[in-house]
Amino acid sequence: MSSHALLLRRHSVLPGFNLSLGFALLYLCFVVLIPLSAVFLKTFTASWDTFVATVTAPRVVASYRLTFGASLLAALVNGVFGLLVAWVLVRYRFAGKRIVDALVDLPFALPTAVAGIALTSLYAANGWIGSRLPFKVAYTPLGVFVALTFIGLPFVVRTVQPVLEDLQRELEEAAATLGASRLQTFAYVVFPALAPALLTGFALAFARALGEYGSVIFIAGNMPMISEITSLLIITKLEQYDYAGATAIAVVMLVSAFALLLLINLLQAWVRRRQGR
Amino acid sequence: MSAVIDSGRRAAVERAGARPAAAPAVPDAIGEPAWVRRALIGVALGFLTLFLFVPLVSVFVQALAKGVDVYWAALVQADALSALKLTLIAASVSVPLNLVFGVAAAWAIAKFDFRGKSVLLTLIDLPFSVSPVIAGLIYMLVFGLQGWCGEWLRDHDMKVVFAVPGIVLATVFVTFPFIARELIPLMQAQGQEQEEAARVLGASGWQILWRVTLPNVKWALLYGVILCNARAMGEFGAVSVVSGHIRGQTNTLPLHIEILYNDYQFAAAFAVASLLAGLALVTLVLKYIVERRMHASAEPEKSQ
Repeated sequence: MSSHALLLRRHSVLPGFNLSLGFALLYLCFVVLIPLSAVFLKTFTASWDTFVATVTAPRVVASYRLTFGASLLAALVNGVFGLLVAWVLVRYRFAGKRIVDALVDLPFALPTAVAGIALTSLYAANGWIGSRLPFKVAYTPLGVFVALTFIGLPFVVRTVQPVLEDLQRELEEAAATLGASRLQTFAYVVFPALAPALLTGFALAFARALGEYGSVIFIAGNMPMISEITSLLIITKLEQYDYAGATAIAVVMLVSAFALLLLINLLQAWVRRRQGR
Repeated sequence: MSAVIDSGRRAAVERAGARPAAAPAVPDAIGEPAWVRRALIGVALGFLTLFLFVPLVSVFVQALAKGVDVYWAALVQADALSALKLTLIAASVSVPLNLVFGVAAAWAIAKFDFRGKSVLLTLIDLPFSVSPVIAGLIYMLVFGLQGWCGEWLRDHDMKVVFAVPGIVLATVFVTFPFIARELIPLMQAQGQEQEEAARVLGASGWQILWRVTLPNVKWALLYGVILCNARAMGEFGAVSVVSGHIRGQTNTLPLHIEILYNDYQFAAAFAVASLLAGLALVTLVLKYIVERRMHASAEPEKSQ
């Protein structure tokens, strides 16, 4: 064993540290780190002015507005209905509950392309749902919102559910004993306890929606300036062999995603500190 | 995404301890009136029906809309079969690779203390926060004709992007953290006493791994493999960027669906989609079974 490894880690009788860590690091570098660094290095080859001009072009800005706006709206809807679904699954009993509980994960398991064509055909003007609505959904920004709501559905449910299961019933009973109405108990006792998980689930759904591609492109209609998402714009630029342009937009999306991830981690650290764990 | 794993792990690890064996009847003091309960259940199920169940059912209905013959013809068509083959190749390379990585990373992180561990954990999660299209883009930048290795690859008559290796690499990237993320928290929670005991009794490193560590984490391992496989077979965005969409050569099943759908061959598109929807349902069933097993093995003394 090399002295370098001894400096790096505390002593243990178990073997295999150098081999396992070495392999893990090597694999991480080749699969993730080196390719990912290419995005940033490629950006540095372009001048600052070109970069700014690319990422603030009107068509690109319109795509940010749609992507961020629809993602935010979808995450908000999932926040409300995710909380409701988690509540119903934890607190109430009804026929088929286990099946419903298992199916909540469907958007994780169903390939995005399948979700995309299914939603498009349902919400198209002649589809099961689209034909019953007085307004157009498919091939409009509203369609993007529908697809992103589907994709983000499990996040809030699965982050709120375990917290709700752990919630002490005694607190609610105490509130009821002290004369609180059921609604007051929920607003002042239950909701504050669920809020951090709800916020985490919301942020995860939002982050997922920002990068979503497969389920959206079928239903969006992909009209420039109106219903074109940023991910699609990256692909369009790639197909025109404009690698620098595609990379510049990708950097903006990557930085937003990392910032959001950092925010989620800080949020979770803050919650852990507050709960004294 | 990280929440796939988060939710799965939480469901398995946290529920194990938290959920009482049988839910007690809700006392009246903190329950809602029956009509409120019914209304909430109704709204929740209505939302899920609209956004989950109807799309799922519609896949199978539309797949069979033009009869079983059309359905079958869409599945045995040459392009569909070659897409199926490529999907299986991508999954059968990426799952074992990420499995070996997951075990190695979990062994190093859970059984040893070393500097930079939290950095390593963050880096392992990184692919979850990279959107699929960007995951494809990074391989274009490395292996594409304008990329770092582009000229060298061309001079040596090798193709990575717009060919099978690129599709496999993109799949490996997007499924990278799945198994590691299942194993690491569980192996950290289990500690290293059992491995140390085996070591003292004279077991070699490989013997410890095969006979002590892996049997202890087998359900989490299987869980990770199931999730990893589902994502590998269903990946669309990343694969779409590096594929080049050459029919019969670089199309996976999700890309084949896209082509059929854009050709207005809806019944055929949904027929192929029903294969992947079936895979998703199998994944959910396996996930459910494995979660119950993990629950049972986490607290065997408390099970009824």
